[in-house]
Amino acid sequence: MYSAMISEFGQITLILALLVAAAQSVLPMIGAQKNDARLMAFGDRAATAQFVLLALAFIALTIVFVQSDFSTKLVAVNSHTDKPMLYKISGVWGNHEGSMLLWVLILGLFGALVPIYGKTLPAGLKARALAVQGMVGVGFLAFIVFTSNPFERLSPVPINGQGLNPLLQDPGLAFHPPFLYLGYVGFSMAFSFAIAALIEGRVDAVWARWLRPWVLIAWSFLTIGITMGSIWAYYELGWGGWWMWDPVENVSFIPWLAGTALLHSIMVLGKRHSMASWTILLAIAAFSLSLVGTFVVRSGVLTSVHSFAVDPERGVFILALLILATGGGLTLYALRAHKLRGGPEFTMVSKEGGLLLNNLLLCVAAFTVFLGTFYPLLVEAFSSDKISVGAPYFDRTFGPVMIVLVAFMGIGPLVKWRKDSWTSLKPHLLKSAVVIAVVTTLTFWLGKSVLGALSIGLAAYLAYSTCVAMGRKIKFGQVGSLKLLKAQPAAVWGFFIAHMGIAICMVGITGMSVWQGSEAKRLKLGESITVSGYEFTLKSITPGQEANFQKMTGLVQVQKDGEIVANLRSSQRFYPVRDMITTEAGIQVRFMKNLYAGVGEGDLETGWVVRAYVHPLVVWIWLGALMTALAGFVSIFDRGQRGPKT
Amino acid sequence: MKMTWKGLIPLFIFSLLGLIFAVGLTKDPSKLPSQLIDEPFPEFSLPDLFDPETQIDQTYLTGQVTLVNVFGSWCVACDLEHPTLRRLAAANEITMLGIDWRDTMEKGKRWLERGGNPYDRVAFDADSVLAISLGVTGAPESFLVDKKGRIRYKYVGPISDKIWRQEIKPIVLALEQETGANP
Repeated sequence: MYSAMISEFGQITLILALLVAAAQSVLPMIGAQKNDARLMAFGDRAATAQFVLLALAFIALTIVFVQSDFSTKLVAVNSHTDKPMLYKISGVWGNHEGSMLLWVLILGLFGALVPIYGKTLPAGLKARALAVQGMVGVGFLAFIVFTSNPFERLSPVPINGQGLNPLLQDPGLAFHPPFLYLGYVGFSMAFSFAIAALIEGRVDAVWARWLRPWVLIAWSFLTIGITMGSIWAYYELGWGGWWMWDPVENVSFIPWLAGTALLHSIMVLGKRHSMASWTILLAIAAFSLSLVGTFVVRSGVLTSVHSFAVDPERGVFILALLILATGGGLTLYALRAHKLRGGPEFTMVSKEGGLLLNNLLLCVAAFTVFLGTFYPLLVEAFSSDKISVGAPYFDRTFGPVMIVLVAFMGIGPLVKWRKDSWTSLKPHLLKSAVVIAVVTTLTFWLGKSVLGALSIGLAAYLAYSTCVAMGRKIKFGQVGSLKLLKAQPAAVWGFFIAHMGIAICMVGITGMSVWQGSEAKRLKLGESITVSGYEFTLKSITPGQEANFQKMTGLVQVQKDGEIVANLRSSQRFYPVRDMITTEAGIQVRFMKNLYAGVGEGDLETGWVVRAYVHPLVVWIWLGALMTALAGFVSIFDRGQRGPKT
Repeated sequence: MKMTWKGLIPLFIFSLLGLIFAVGLTKDPSKLPSQLIDEPFPEFSLPDLFDPETQIDQTYLTGQVTLVNVFGSWCVACDLEHPTLRRLAAANEITMLGIDWRDTMEKGKRWLERGGNPYDRVAFDADSVLAISLGVTGAPESFLVDKKGRIRYKYVGPISDKIWRQEIKPIVLALEQETGANP
């Protein structure tokens, strides 16, 4: 068997990568200290070598999975010969060990990109940043090699594997972790460069402009990752929720909020030379929170405190890594904070002031979510009480912060840098009030909900203000505005698309929270329930058999005013290998409204549990979110923000 | 080296958070509140899941070392634990009493039919009658009851093969050495 060697090969490359990372974390740092060009250049080579070794290890693990080599424990526990090829491959990262390997692989990739794109960087800064990147690598590789080895052997070799969790056998989820990790790990660049800049004691505009695209990439991928998770939950979990304030979701959302603050403050630093401290702290925070996100999901700390103590080896390692990275970074900040210059003065009513407020609000929002997510854990740890913090908490705390944030999002982009006055904003505020009043009234007339109407009004105000800001930049309505439109830097387009995306997302969220219709009932064949004017009828139940699961498919016909508008097929899948049942909802996706039906357990005599939903505007949520992600990618191509100005 | 107080604030906040978590997370959650250890198993009388006409009570627990395991068909972590319990049952390692908690009879039975039934008997506790007197905080949770019917050990969370081997089995062996006769 060749596969026997492949596993060992992977093991060796992994250990070599650890050694290389160790050298990378020390030598370039010494080189930068002594101004030794050769030692500094070693960072470049080590970063490349580390990536190549990790890629080989990852390929080795993939081959082992594809070949269904059950002598490797990870494959035996997580795979099965009957599994479709796609899921054999996604099984590589659908478990703790493999996902950690994917994590360091992406870390290695970002590291290897530094020498390629960082030719213009000061040699010392680059060497130090690569050294820090190396340290992160050492931490993770040691974690993998010593506590979570993906190539561990199993003896005796089982005849077949235990299969992969069927919930993970879904294209949406198969590619969800890689995107999330590209986001999480992408923030390691911000972290490494923040630490390097702190060591050098210089955080300037050149640094900010170089780092900005990386923050944008990380942030955009994280946005996509979170969105995919939300879409997956919507159609896979079978009850039509798009966001449930579940700890696993929250821990990916917290770094997103910190990352959003970071990319705004790094823009200010690049343009106006202020907010250096904010940028550094947010860079450290975004990465630390990403670490928390990675670990919480994988170690299961949050689902239950118990699993943490069950595996104390990993738990202690995780805590140590977090404390070293964050504590180390913040200690360094404390030592160097006085060296970071404040930049030019600005008044509160200015673009800088607005962005400062934006940062504060985003931090408060992040802290709110953090508190809500971890509070139950703490209570459980200190007493024997078990509490759960659910949607009502988040609605009441996170909601208002977001509303204030959106209110300022409408004004911020219109304010001038450095110094502005409220009087110059008055005309815009008056017009905005009219927009809000008109849209709110119209929506209330149509939708009969005060809260919903106000929320849509606010979204309309955001979209209007964003368009006004864009219009001012291109001198809309004047001669040559088309030319100006073309000449706008990518960052302006990024701003426009992102803020419009948020407005669209807000409309979707409002639609789902206020006008959603739902009903659940046990239906026999031919019976129906009515939701928001739509009649859902259970037509038939058909059994079926697929490669790795059995299924029961229920056909639900939806009628409105006597006309058939949709035939929804929902199925329950039973995975014999894992002894698990999953529900696939039947969904008709439309721009304005989704019809959603889930058929649950039941039998001929008593009928089947049918859940029927009408989801207005839900697609807008993901459309808006993906628009913001796209905006991040667009902004990367801004020449003015990239590299030193020439 | 010059340091400012302002620069120390973030580090201070982080240390505080870290401290709280370090204390919170390293506390061993499987430790039982001391008032139940060495106490007799609380009196109860619950219907047998597979034979609702007959009742199971605490007398079932005397005479042998028993693993009392709280589970429910709704409990995801129980799915995780189940294979281990089945292996224990197959190897005849210990007498097991299952407590089907906050469940319906139908679902509980179906869950056991589908996954195999490792329990010698299963008591049905839909209304948390026993669960409350046991101070159960979640499922799965397991108790070791000695031959005299006293609780000697509690484990919170799913039992894995490793946990069984390293933590619970030694205690079981020790308990089996004890004589059950004298009061």
